[in-house]
Amino acid sequence: MPQTLAPPTTDPAPAPVSAGRLAPDPTLRALAETHGLKVSGARPSLPAYIGRLWQRRHFITSFATARVVAQYTTAKLGQIWQVLTPLLNAAVYYLIFGVLLDTKKSIPDYIPFLVTGVFIFTFTQNSVLTGTRAISGNLGLVRALHFPRACLPISICLAQLQQLLYSMGALVVILLCFGQTPTWSWLLAFPALALQFLFNMGMSLVMARLGSRTPDLAQLMPFIMRTWMYASGVMFSISRILVGKHLPQIVVVLLNGNPAAVYIDLMRFALIDSFTHKQLPPHVWAFAAGWALVAGVAGFVYFWKAEERYGRG
Amino acid sequence: MAEQTDDLRQTRAAEDRIPTVIADDLHIVYRVYGTGAGKGSATAALNRIVRRKPSTGVREVHAVKGVSFTAYRGESIGLIGSNGSGKSTLLKAVAGLLPAERGHVYTQGQPSLLGVNAALMNDLTGEKNVLLGGLAMGMSREEVRERRDGIVDFSGINEKGDFISLPMRTYSSGMAARLRFSIAAAKDHDVLMIDEALATGDRAFQKRSEERIRELRKEAGTVFLVSHNNKSIRDTCDRVLWLERGELIMDGPTEEVVTAYEEHR
Repeated sequence: MPQTLAPPTTDPAPAPVSAGRLAPDPTLRALAETHGLKVSGARPSLPAYIGRLWQRRHFITSFATARVVAQYTTAKLGQIWQVLTPLLNAAVYYLIFGVLLDTKKSIPDYIPFLVTGVFIFTFTQNSVLTGTRAISGNLGLVRALHFPRACLPISICLAQLQQLLYSMGALVVILLCFGQTPTWSWLLAFPALALQFLFNMGMSLVMARLGSRTPDLAQLMPFIMRTWMYASGVMFSISRILVGKHLPQIVVVLLNGNPAAVYIDLMRFALIDSFTHKQLPPHVWAFAAGWALVAGVAGFVYFWKAEERYGRG
Repeated sequence: MAEQTDDLRQTRAAEDRIPTVIADDLHIVYRVYGTGAGKGSATAALNRIVRRKPSTGVREVHAVKGVSFTAYRGESIGLIGSNGSGKSTLLKAVAGLLPAERGHVYTQGQPSLLGVNAALMNDLTGEKNVLLGGLAMGMSREEVRERRDGIVDFSGINEKGDFISLPMRTYSSGMAARLRFSIAAAKDHDVLMIDEALATGDRAFQKRSEERIRELRKEAGTVFLVSHNNKSIRDTCDRVLWLERGELIMDGPTEEVVTAYEEHR
């Protein structure tokens, strides 16, 4: 190695080469401009951002599948928990609200009613909860590799959708066991799910940005989500509670327009024979589409606005 | 001999070489929360919130103080300096992961930072991580499939049995670092920055990665390398930046700067 044999140069007293010049150098900026260099870490425009997201679509789907698989790798029963977890969840609510509080008397087909509510709400709940940790829980990935950060919350919602589809498989079996017959109205489940997915994605994007700045939110969100669940008629019927009571108009509008309640009611309407359109709040499809659009678009723009700041600090 | 060619290159640099990274009077200030002199208990924190006092614990660390340099295509640049001199901070800023307090960093394309701490997903198998990492860097499924075997062979994970199909949490830290380097190095980057990754692998792996770094430079990229191992700096870099307390002490050909650095210590 000839390099190591080279004579030592005489520069024993180090002085900062930058010491004499503390102002930005205009020639450097000009050099950067002539060669088309960009400021590092700058946020791309919205159309460019969407284009980059589209390029990473395979990453989004693979990451979603990987998360679903990774979730139960340490459990002995493995992927069986995909179906077991929501079923156990529904069993607990049945025990408390169906048997102990005896809600089932006033609602026909109580078990399909309850299980549908639990599954559909869990979809939104988990999207929001895992969305809160989408950035803060994947800092290693965010800091190591460059990709549009919206990939993470979006693929987390896809993972939740995948889990919901497992649950829906179990739900179909339950429905058939409790004497529901498949009808054409079951097909309404697909548009309802699509709208709910869009809504969840928007919520997840918003929560991902908030959670990346304030990690404390991850501690707070379970309580907010539980309150939301009790207000969404998961284990009781909102329309029956409203009958014969003189609540202020604003409360009625809030209860009926609550997005979680809207998506739950739509799914019940689609799947359960005894849940007729009379129990649906007015303009329910308009509410479902409106929430999906508002949350989806606003959430995406809100997340994109902070794109250059994720993973810093 | 080596120095003469270096000098020649330096003078030619300004005219016909293409810059990939330009740092212009770059200042980085960290704000660290929760280091206050006050008590760290929950009641103390609540007290501060109730009295609306700003958290006493905000401290500013001026980690990089006015660094300017221009890196060109095909260069391999080493960063040296004692612990806490701002080397890793400078790399993070170039990668766009830390905001500049003052000054600017201009880059060609998107620099990729490869650090020892940057974990992929621990619950997934090495194989899945190769796929995910490749897709995240923007490769297509086919590209990842083509390069998969190359990545695994390069990492040497499978030398001691079929480890690639085990979750990454079962890997030793050296194995995990090797796999991460192999994934990141599988793509041709405009600018690749390596933070002490070479120190973790064994001798054979270090040899392979040094070779790969030379290849990356030939493919018209720029490589930055942070290391405390002066030998690996000498073996892989042709230019060295010496940082001390956030200031650029020296910027020049490897032999000159490393020798001065060694004498200084």
